[in-house]
Amino acid sequence: MKTVTLLKTSLLSALVLGSLSANAHRAWIAPDVTVLSGSTPAVTFDMAVSNSIFNFDHVPMRANGLTIIGPDNNTVTAENLHTGKFRTVFDLTMEKEGTYRVFIANQGLFARWEDAEGKGHYYPKRGETYDQKEFNKIVPKKAKGLEISQTSRRLETFVTSGEPTDNALEITKKGLELKPITHPNDLYAGETAKFQFFIDGKPAKGVEVSIVREGTRYRNNPEEINLVSDKKGEISVNWNGAGRYFLEASYKDNVAKKPATVRTGGYSLVLEVLAD
Amino acid sequence: MKLTHTLGLSVLALFLSFSSQATELSVSVEIPALDVAEYHRPYLAVWVEDSSNKTVSNLAVWYDTKLRNNEGEDWLKDMRQWWRKSGRSLTMPIDGVTGATHGPGKYDLNFTLGQAPLAKLPEGDYTLRVEAAREVGGRELLNIPFSLPAKESITAKAQGSNELGEVVLSIKP
Repeated sequence: MKTVTLLKTSLLSALVLGSLSANAHRAWIAPDVTVLSGSTPAVTFDMAVSNSIFNFDHVPMRANGLTIIGPDNNTVTAENLHTGKFRTVFDLTMEKEGTYRVFIANQGLFARWEDAEGKGHYYPKRGETYDQKEFNKIVPKKAKGLEISQTSRRLETFVTSGEPTDNALEITKKGLELKPITHPNDLYAGETAKFQFFIDGKPAKGVEVSIVREGTRYRNNPEEINLVSDKKGEISVNWNGAGRYFLEASYKDNVAKKPATVRTGGYSLVLEVLAD
Repeated sequence: MKLTHTLGLSVLALFLSFSSQATELSVSVEIPALDVAEYHRPYLAVWVEDSSNKTVSNLAVWYDTKLRNNEGEDWLKDMRQWWRKSGRSLTMPIDGVTGATHGPGKYDLNFTLGQAPLAKLPEGDYTLRVEAAREVGGRELLNIPFSLPAKESITAKAQGSNELGEVVLSIKP
């Protein structure tokens, strides 16, 4: 019985987390290049929800909430933002030297319940974003099968002009987050990289992580690297060669703030690993 | 006791006088002629790392210095080992180190220990690293290990296969 409930919850939270039509899809923000030189370099990004990494085979990732934090912790505006049929594109001009964090993050609650006629409901619905007022208005205080989850979702990537810096790597202590131990723009195929996961600012043990190198369309085996974070929330990654990688992580426990009883976190990151 | 001490000092003085004699280090770099549809002269970096893989001297960095708005610097990162090891923390151009690119041919670069750009390297093991990256082309990195101080003249070679030809390191004590 418990298993069934968990399964339902994870399926639904996947729906919420992704705002997607199916949980098999992957949402990402992919920079064309992550390590840049020159005085004021620019980098272009694609955002999409897709099956293959990094092709545009499903729907664009909407730019709502897209934020760029510069090496000085100031917000930088995305340029030439455009959403097409399959992807959203934008550019970033790097006026300051150092590391930039590009992300979309949100936290909220997710509720499911049944009405008197036994019909299932949930909030927020697919494509909706959580809003506290709406939540209070729509979700009943008491209902059959009422289950409330505390959810968080973060999509991000990093790019660096010149020397990598750490300012933009600080975690916000909200939701599921990754804190790089190895700098995310200093990754090499022959070196092991270490990352640490946090849930609401505390080390997250048991985060399930899947890592895939780009170009899945052109090989039969997706060659996924599957890892689980240790008690310090850490993972060590040995890369499958150079290239851009899609990292996806999910977390779940019962340490939730009332009225929620379940806490979930979804996270995705695009990294570039250079040849040695 | 006092005798030993004096002897020790004079040995040290002898050693110092030897090492203060100019040790010369020369690097011959061959840039191969390539039969390709679109040829650009390669970017090239020549540097020395110590036994803990730290860059101790940048000897030469060749890149396109003539483009407008220093656009040539945009491609420095393609010499990715050099970029990681020191390039990304430097401000271009570097006096006596950076220069324009060169086409196919053999180039002799001569340095003297303790004279810029070659630092006064203490006794130890080192690696000479030569990295080339070509626009619309490939990238190659060659390494030649060597030790200082050199008791006699040394010649060491590495053979490139794509972007670099033969690289020869000669050290004259």
